[in-house]
Amino acid sequence: MIKRQFYHLGEYVLWLRKVFSKPEKFMMYYKETIRQIEEIGLGSLKIVFIISVFIGAVTAVQLSYQFGDSLIPTYYIGYALREMEIVELAPTITSLVLAGKIGSSIAAEIGGMRQKEIIDAMEIMGVNTQAYLVLPKIVAAMFSIPMLIILAAALSIFSGFLAAVTFGDFIPSDFIKGLTSFYDSYTVIIMIIKSFFFSFIIVTVSAYHGYFVKGGSIELGKSGTKAVVYSDIFILVFDYLIAQLMMG
Amino acid sequence: MIVAKNIHKSFGDKEVLKGIDFVFEKSKTNLIIGRSGAGKTVLLKALVGLIALTKGEVWYDDINFYNLTIKEVRKLRNKVGMLFQGNALFDSMSIEANVKFPLDMFTDMSEKEKLKQVNSVLDRVELEGVNNKYPSEISGGMQKRVGIARAIVMEPEYLFCDEPNSGLDPKTALIIDDLIKDITDEKEMTTIINTHDMNSVMEIGENILLLDQGKVVWTGDKDKIIKSNNKFIDDFIFASPFLKNMKNKAFGLDNK
Repeated sequence: MIKRQFYHLGEYVLWLRKVFSKPEKFMMYYKETIRQIEEIGLGSLKIVFIISVFIGAVTAVQLSYQFGDSLIPTYYIGYALREMEIVELAPTITSLVLAGKIGSSIAAEIGGMRQKEIIDAMEIMGVNTQAYLVLPKIVAAMFSIPMLIILAAALSIFSGFLAAVTFGDFIPSDFIKGLTSFYDSYTVIIMIIKSFFFSFIIVTVSAYHGYFVKGGSIELGKSGTKAVVYSDIFILVFDYLIAQLMMG
Repeated sequence: MIVAKNIHKSFGDKEVLKGIDFVFEKSKTNLIIGRSGAGKTVLLKALVGLIALTKGEVWYDDINFYNLTIKEVRKLRNKVGMLFQGNALFDSMSIEANVKFPLDMFTDMSEKEKLKQVNSVLDRVELEGVNNKYPSEISGGMQKRVGIARAIVMEPEYLFCDEPNSGLDPKTALIIDDLIKDITDEKEMTTIINTHDMNSVMEIGENILLLDQGKVVWTGDKDKIIKSNNKFIDDFIFASPFLKNMKNKAFGLDNK
């Protein structure tokens, strides 16, 4: 079991080296990157909007409940919500959800191409399939996902504010005071660094599982599941490592 | 010309190819035939480099394929076209984009020149007015033609066809066979076809390699195969009693 995991880790690293090869033709990679930005970025807007709104609202409600009868000043709820969203919830929860949406889609797309011999056909043409199929996705994800995460953070803070002032006993000025208190731009830097790492993990782990799929439709389904599970595990591991390195 | 020298291929303990030696000749339709599981597809994929050999050599004219670096392999592959059993067309691209893909990726031709080349090969495979259709909107036979058009759009020197007739009716299969044969003659390509369609053998079998359990059991051409007294060929080619009777009647042999 452990031996097999190390085998996959080694194969993944060797495969990544081929992914970062010089493109055969820049224009073809550019066009594919634009297509992927549309797919990964614009295609994920709706789900990011929905989860951000609800996570922000739920976090605000729960913080109000926890802090409600304590001696902690109420404006601290705005402060706690902002910190939680920026440092942890927006980058991590959004990435875990995107691993499900984008990761399974990438594994299915590349795995389907493997099964229909399209990857073999491209190899016969002389295309570096690892680079052509994966590199534009990496660039597109590292461009789009950080923006989605910034949007998610903003939306969830706004929805938390709405939930707190609409259904809680909060005066908007109290909440805004919390939101603007003790602000440190370092937390935003952490969020952006996390989003770059998580984007890379989602695309490469999912593409790896699709690229090496063997067998039929059941295996293709399993590769999608593995793509999501392993992406999630790596996201959580790197979430801890980044937190430890930058905040520990 | 492609030369296979002492090709061996094993998957774990199972040896699938056991020392194949054969010369695939230029300007001829070279056929690899044999029963299911004989090793035809493995041999074809080993020749084109999609499966690494356990032992042996493959020569493309004076180039030893398995001595090439990855970059050199990719360069050589610009001279190779391949038609896949399932056609391997990009579902999300139009027919025109499918055929144009190798030109987009590997040439500096202008858009106008590329379209001219695409239309020329589509005309050659007798497909007109399908440029903007998608693979799912055309028939299986038409998809095969698109596959052939894409395989020859870069004007390759070597053409590989994996079961080009699978899933086609006998009439369409013959048309595809004739098309591959004509293109081979016109472009003077080395064409290698993996098939178990006996119509293809009789129609375009100019240089045939018969495989069984990973070994070469017979080589020759379509004329020799008909007249052969080899028991294995008889059982393979004239598999049904009906065909056996036909052969015996035609050559005045005992009806055994």
